[in-house]
Amino acid sequence: MRRPNFVIALRFLLAKRRAMLMSLVGIVFGVAFFILTQAQTSGFQGFFVETILGTNGAIRVQDRFQSTVTSMIASADSDGTQVEIALREGQRYIPGIQQPQSVLEALRGFETVTAATPVLRGNATLRSGFRTERGRIHGIELNSYVEVTELRSQVTAADLAEFERTSDGILIGSELARRLSIQAGDPVFIDAGGLNQVRYRVCGIFTTGIVQIDRYHFYAHMRSVRSVLGEWDDVTYVQALIRDPERATIVARHLEETLGHSVASWQERERSWLEVFRALRFSSAISMSSIILIAGLGMFNTLAIIVMERAREIAILRSIGYTRGDIARIFLYQGFIIYVFGWLLGCLTGAGLTALIESLPIRIRGIFSTDHFIMHWAWSHYVWAGVVTALVVFTASLLPARRAAQIEPGVVIRGASG
Amino acid sequence: MSEEAKMNSVLKVEGLHRWLGSGGNRQHVLKGLNFSLDAGKVYAVVGPSGCGKSTLLYLLGLLDHPDEGAILLNDQRIDSASDRDRTRLRGELLGFVFQFHFLLSEFTARENIMLPILKLGRTEAEAAAKADALLDAVGLTNKANNFGNMLSGGEQQRVAVARALANDPSLILADEPTGNLDQANSELLFSLLCQVARERGKTVLIVTHNRDLAKRCDEVLVMRDGEFVSSENY
Repeated sequence: MRRPNFVIALRFLLAKRRAMLMSLVGIVFGVAFFILTQAQTSGFQGFFVETILGTNGAIRVQDRFQSTVTSMIASADSDGTQVEIALREGQRYIPGIQQPQSVLEALRGFETVTAATPVLRGNATLRSGFRTERGRIHGIELNSYVEVTELRSQVTAADLAEFERTSDGILIGSELARRLSIQAGDPVFIDAGGLNQVRYRVCGIFTTGIVQIDRYHFYAHMRSVRSVLGEWDDVTYVQALIRDPERATIVARHLEETLGHSVASWQERERSWLEVFRALRFSSAISMSSIILIAGLGMFNTLAIIVMERAREIAILRSIGYTRGDIARIFLYQGFIIYVFGWLLGCLTGAGLTALIESLPIRIRGIFSTDHFIMHWAWSHYVWAGVVTALVVFTASLLPARRAAQIEPGVVIRGASG
Repeated sequence: MSEEAKMNSVLKVEGLHRWLGSGGNRQHVLKGLNFSLDAGKVYAVVGPSGCGKSTLLYLLGLLDHPDEGAILLNDQRIDSASDRDRTRLRGELLGFVFQFHFLLSEFTARENIMLPILKLGRTEAEAAAKADALLDAVGLTNKANNFGNMLSGGEQQRVAVARALANDPSLILADEPTGNLDQANSELLFSLLCQVARERGKTVLIVTHNRDLAKRCDEVLVMRDGEFVSSENY
């Protein structure tokens, strides 16, 4: 009884426990599903981003637009001086990177860039036995490539050492390998549109978990890919890793100005997917908030009934010295008690459901390739669930609290005394 | 009024008017009342239903606002106080006993008495000790831990009296306190209120229809049609 307002709130609440329990259950489930859906959508988003960063890098330096300038002699003065005027006509598109070494050198000069590697890319057809599949060949320099990507951990069959030793070795995406029915050690023929088919040997199979990559990508040594594609000097792009991938777009703009090449951050390259994830997270947050909102409406209803039923007690409290503020606080405390229990139990239920669903073996094949739900554990999901619940519960208790505080004790007691 | 009486006056009322209702239904319920109440006395306000007894009680208890006139409690004008000050005065200087006990049913007898004490910022131990002393005074020590709905009507009303005394008020206002009790419990409750007035020097104002009870009070104020009339023939 140290805090009489709080004790009164608690006792009033317990007297109406069945109705309040329903509201509490609603809030618990709302909070739990809010956390669960956020963990799920951000889990898949995180997995996607991690894989994209580990495969395609944070920054990609690629094509170049060169300004085309025409000059003309403007006039000849009496003293023989001639003035040359440069006329900007437009831009010329130069695909790929013509001098990759100089770009790599320049990139290494940036403090934000931690590693960079050149990639030569082209379309090719792979044939194994009687099966043929189209794919994208990537010529890489293994030593620098593994510094920029997660290729080392993505190789699931055989290992990179074998690939490093074998000049005609390739690393092939797991889905592509499955379609071609090939395994590590098998031969495969690659045709990039030239006259000859080049024989390679599968040294490893990698899995990123993103089907578009596992289905089409395969890697070979830069030198051999140059001969397959007939490209002896240029590379398609230079892929770079930076210290803080979240700042990739800012870094890209800076590099673009300095290098004169177009530079794309991972956020720009994957904008459409990131927007999809953002929309999913937002819509699931709204859906789950509506559960909390409905529970809040139930709570509002119960509190409003308590105010009506307790008018006599409120009047008595007012007559023995309890202020309007005290009465309002009694009802706000009731909301607070529901909020604290609802949020805490909701967090526990949400965490339990997240762990349960994360452990369930569910085979997913589509955009992602995974054998279980990918969940992202983040405090922010619990905090946001708390913020949404607090807003709903506070609003639901505010009106009954104000109404209770406005009760005139004389009117109620006179009416009750009849 | 004698000088001695003025000195002992706990409450003074001057020219008190109250209209109730609106438009054509507007009624002049209290018509310029003037009186004072002394410490240590028990007063009865009697009169037919609708004469304005309860209206007067609620005005004195700061549960309603007068339209005209002044109410002075311990020489301090209280009728025009702010809502916050009126609430504070109710908690500190006034005690109420109503026809229906109005105990909080989720609280024990002791806790019901502790509620106004805790509101004044006393510690839980102080409040509990005071509540136990009051329960002893009203003969309910053994019912201290009983919840409101586990007490008889008479017991509940005695707890309500104890609650009214919790903060040692100057003035105790009782609206038909025995109206819902049997003869034995009515007698017990009235004796208790008289004892409070005499032993503790409190002023008790009882609004009642019970003639026998009124006659045993120190003074009887007879009301008719919003005014005090002579009590000689009462």
